[in-house]
Amino acid sequence: MKVDIKLIDDNGKRLDGRSTEELRKIKIEAGVLHRADGSCYLEWGGNKVLVAVYGPREAIPRHTQNPLRAIVNARYNMAAFSVEDRKRPGPDRRSREISKVISEALEKIVLTEQFPRSAIDVNIEVLDAEAGTRCAGLTAAGVALADAGIPMKDIPVACAAGKIAGQVVMDLGKEEDNFGDADLPIAISPRTNEILLLQMDGHLTLEEFNRALDLAIKGCHTVSEIQKKTILDKYQSVEGVE
Amino acid sequence: MSNEERKIVLPSQVLGDTKSNRAGRGTFIEDGRIISGKLGILNANSNYINVIPLKGRYEPTVDDFVIGVVEEALSAGWLVDINAPSPAFLHVNEVPWDIEFGDTEKYLNRGDSIMAKVTQIDELKKFQITLKDRNLYKIKGGHIIEVEPSRVPRIIGKKGSMIALIKKYIRCRIFVGQNGKIWVDGDTESIERVLQTIYKIESEAITFGLTNRIEELLKKDAKDVR
Repeated sequence: MKVDIKLIDDNGKRLDGRSTEELRKIKIEAGVLHRADGSCYLEWGGNKVLVAVYGPREAIPRHTQNPLRAIVNARYNMAAFSVEDRKRPGPDRRSREISKVISEALEKIVLTEQFPRSAIDVNIEVLDAEAGTRCAGLTAAGVALADAGIPMKDIPVACAAGKIAGQVVMDLGKEEDNFGDADLPIAISPRTNEILLLQMDGHLTLEEFNRALDLAIKGCHTVSEIQKKTILDKYQSVEGVE
Repeated sequence: MSNEERKIVLPSQVLGDTKSNRAGRGTFIEDGRIISGKLGILNANSNYINVIPLKGRYEPTVDDFVIGVVEEALSAGWLVDINAPSPAFLHVNEVPWDIEFGDTEKYLNRGDSIMAKVTQIDELKKFQITLKDRNLYKIKGGHIIEVEPSRVPRIIGKKGSMIALIKKYIRCRIFVGQNGKIWVDGDTESIERVLQTIYKIESEAITFGLTNRIEELLKKDAKDVR
């Protein structure tokens, strides 16, 4: 399909006016649901994501229990109204894949061996989608897990980089994702820079890949600071530390 | 609790190294550094670095008094929900009644509440509880509320000072389980006042001078002081 859309203008600005190394606007709020053990609401550009964390609690059905450690069940779900055409509700191929990769990423950082035979449920609801929902979901899940008081090695964070109009750029927007050349979402543990999730859509040369990875890691660290500030602000105000 | 500033720490925050300190509760060691594993308040105690959690599930320790709700009656005992990551097991030998095999449902059934004590935790984190001790029984009547388990020490107060305070100003019976479940009995008005007081303590748990403020509050609308 030939598309005549100019993703980067002559001044080096992108469609939404960002430079090539700029993130979209991020807003995070922790502890928004009082019935869940931990929760988080996150806006990342046009994405709106709500995450609720339950547990650790007994894993049901019993055959899923691991006698040595807890299992992490992430459930990624897109609301029917989250995309332009109505999305058919319920799990599909794409959301099951994302649920699986997010579960595995979170299992790596939660101290699961402290809760044998238990399950930690992470419900990720995408209310509004605009490219990069898995990164938004995983970032929000990190905040919600910390808010739930679940022991973990680090607060996971995700960010994407990609290639549009022949250039490697940070954090693709909707048109850039649809008409760009490649998308590389990653999740890391910001303290150690360990990679928890890495997927790629499209084609990159080795140099472009390395450049995109560095850029995405840089983005992760920026987002991580916002995450930490959100949690600290919330608890310092609620607890009224004098 | 000491009067120094209470510092909130996040998971992954580096708290010190293993040369001069030892890793306490809520922390883990990586490359010789002590790192916080939880969202909580930093607490250094005789070269142990602890993180006291702000939120999270109840983690049972042996000899804790807990309030539990029976989930299921099995033939050799009961499964009891004590707010822990998995249900605790109450064996028929651990109750004060003489029970024939398979007759467990006659004594305790799904939905019944009990005051119990944690007796055993094995390495697979299986919890055993007992009803065979003083002050342990099946709960009849009253009201059970739930608070954040990490706030329980504050609700009890130093050597039970906070609970004594509530009992002094309000005519009621209270039993605080370590797992964050609290049983209150009395007339409707007293229960209402106790609940308000406890929720206030819970929401202001880590501020200073709480006991005095609660006493003033209770004094203001106290009717009969004992």
